[in-house]
Amino acid sequence: MGRTLAEKVWDTHVVRAGGAGGEPDLLYIDLHLVHEVTSPQAFDGLRLAGRPVRRPDLTIATEDHNVPTQDIELPIADEVSATQVDTLRRNCAEFGVRLHPMGDAEQGIVHVMGPQLGLTQPGLTVVCGDSHTSTHGAFGALAFGIGTSEVEHVLATQTLPLRPFKTMAITVDSAETADGALPRGVTSKDIILAVIAKIGTGGGQGYVLEYRGSAIESLSMEARMTICNMSIEAGARAGMIAPDETTFDYLEGRPHAPQGADWDDAVEYWRSLRTDGDATFDAEVHIDADSLVPFVTWGTNPGQGLPLSERVPDPGGITDDGERITVEKALSYMDLMPGTPLREIAVDTVFLGSCTNGRIEDLRAAAGVLRGRSVRDGLRMLVVPGSMQVRAQAEAEGLHEVFTAAGAQWRSAGCSMCLGMNPDQLAPGERAASTSNRNFEGRQGKGGRTHLVSPLVAAATAVRGSLSAPDDLD
Amino acid sequence: MQPFTRHTGVGVPLRRSNVDTDTIIPAVYLKRVSRTGFADGLFSAWRAEQDFVLNSEPFRSGSVLVAGPDFGTGSSREHAVWALSDYGFRVVISSRFADIFRGNAGKQGLLAAQCEQPDVELLWKLLDSEPGTQVTVDLTEKTVQAKDLTVSFSIDDYTRWRLLEGLDDIGLSMRYSEAIADFEIARPSWMPTTTPVRGG
Repeated sequence: MGRTLAEKVWDTHVVRAGGAGGEPDLLYIDLHLVHEVTSPQAFDGLRLAGRPVRRPDLTIATEDHNVPTQDIELPIADEVSATQVDTLRRNCAEFGVRLHPMGDAEQGIVHVMGPQLGLTQPGLTVVCGDSHTSTHGAFGALAFGIGTSEVEHVLATQTLPLRPFKTMAITVDSAETADGALPRGVTSKDIILAVIAKIGTGGGQGYVLEYRGSAIESLSMEARMTICNMSIEAGARAGMIAPDETTFDYLEGRPHAPQGADWDDAVEYWRSLRTDGDATFDAEVHIDADSLVPFVTWGTNPGQGLPLSERVPDPGGITDDGERITVEKALSYMDLMPGTPLREIAVDTVFLGSCTNGRIEDLRAAAGVLRGRSVRDGLRMLVVPGSMQVRAQAEAEGLHEVFTAAGAQWRSAGCSMCLGMNPDQLAPGERAASTSNRNFEGRQGKGGRTHLVSPLVAAATAVRGSLSAPDDLD
Repeated sequence: MQPFTRHTGVGVPLRRSNVDTDTIIPAVYLKRVSRTGFADGLFSAWRAEQDFVLNSEPFRSGSVLVAGPDFGTGSSREHAVWALSDYGFRVVISSRFADIFRGNAGKQGLLAAQCEQPDVELLWKLLDSEPGTQVTVDLTEKTVQAKDLTVSFSIDDYTRWRLLEGLDDIGLSMRYSEAIADFEIARPSWMPTTTPVRGG
């Protein structure tokens, strides 16, 4: 019987098959990405046990979660953040791990750095102590987030004991267009928000999602990364997309991509990484691409989203007690009245950035909307490139001038306001339209309120002052 | 890791679904470089509200958390497990756990016991009507018992065995060092390495 993409990648990485008694498979890890927040206790564990890093040459670190995005040449003001960054530097030096520190040309959010260096490749197993590691699945890699104990495990053994995931096909295609082109104003962010709203924040639990269909195939690599990135928000450990010409074109010539004869060997192998015609998935979901519209969230989890044209839902109409209470609590936290048109929700801050939407295409899309327009008076807009390389590219294209001319703040690379570990935070009660991935209570700052949006919606919202799509602008 | 066989402690009803790890411990508390000291940040936003369950006796000193479905969603931060353990919790009961959270819990000796939602509701009812009820969780029998109520829970056999024995995962995997080395020899030479640094 045929195998799915995920099963093929899994099978080629089994070091030792699990035995009786439910013992898991031991899976080899090809690439381990490390950052300052989830690694200190792991390195400490190695030190205590007197263990080295088994494969420093399959490990790479960067500083992203904590780092300030302005005045980066100065010492980090927050002492605890500074300690964490210093600890990573000492650990990398001691254990021989390559590090791209703050200020380095390759520094950036760990999930932006891996692909831009060409380290993320089809068919690899990729892990990182960060749930958004699912991003790398856009290349046809099996990539997933792990906890700190597992970080230590991979550092020590380059393997992880794991039980196979179930597989779910998410097909997004169009009856109207052969090439799968998305309706005007719709981006891959809207696709994934629609998927999560459909299957729920627990719908993907235990599964690897494989996104397929003409609408997925039509997407650029960066747009595919946005979709795979948020697989975890549907509860899935990983999301994958089969590699194709778009993938190979993106990879060719990148620093760590194979070269010469190696490149030909690699591409030949990568072409085999497709779900077989006779393979079966454990679950299947279909999304009609023609029906997609710009999506925004109104609540406190990423599944609480609706088309921008809709209204804030009314919990009164929900019969299930648990579900009604959940919606009531979300609306209370978000300070929203049922029935309010989503387009009338005014925001204080717009955040453009994160591992979800902080790549060059995202900045280009937002700049396209902001060119010749201004951020509404009194509204603050932060533009935080996903990496220093994205920042340099944007500056080479003059995008930074578009942002600053419109009144937005142009920052250095990092996770920034996506999770507010650095000084970029929402104040209590402040409301944001954010291109990031989580609208949990307090995620972007204690008491802060988050609406998840695409870069196009973020930019239009910055201009109009309330949740908007570019078509709403004059 | 300390072996886990049986635990008895005050049950805490947490009637919330989708309790994400940002809520369990917000990012601002993740800056420590040790595994301890995270109890202060546990549910910090909710603990600031007077009527939150952990703000009243006898729940304050609880050690068995009974939560709604989809517990531990979101971020992979193991700090969520450290914070729960550091506060004094030994067991979390839910009808559905996020995958990464469940894995992290199993590595740290925090028992993630999966009960059917109707059984969770029964426990909630009991804990609300008789605050301070002692709950006994038996990993050998895979049961949760409180007063006259006994319900079963599920956990995968391997994690259960590791918890019962208090075994460390890394040590277990290291028994297969030879198989790992053999696997490495067979990997294609074109697969990427982070060193030497190329380009840039």
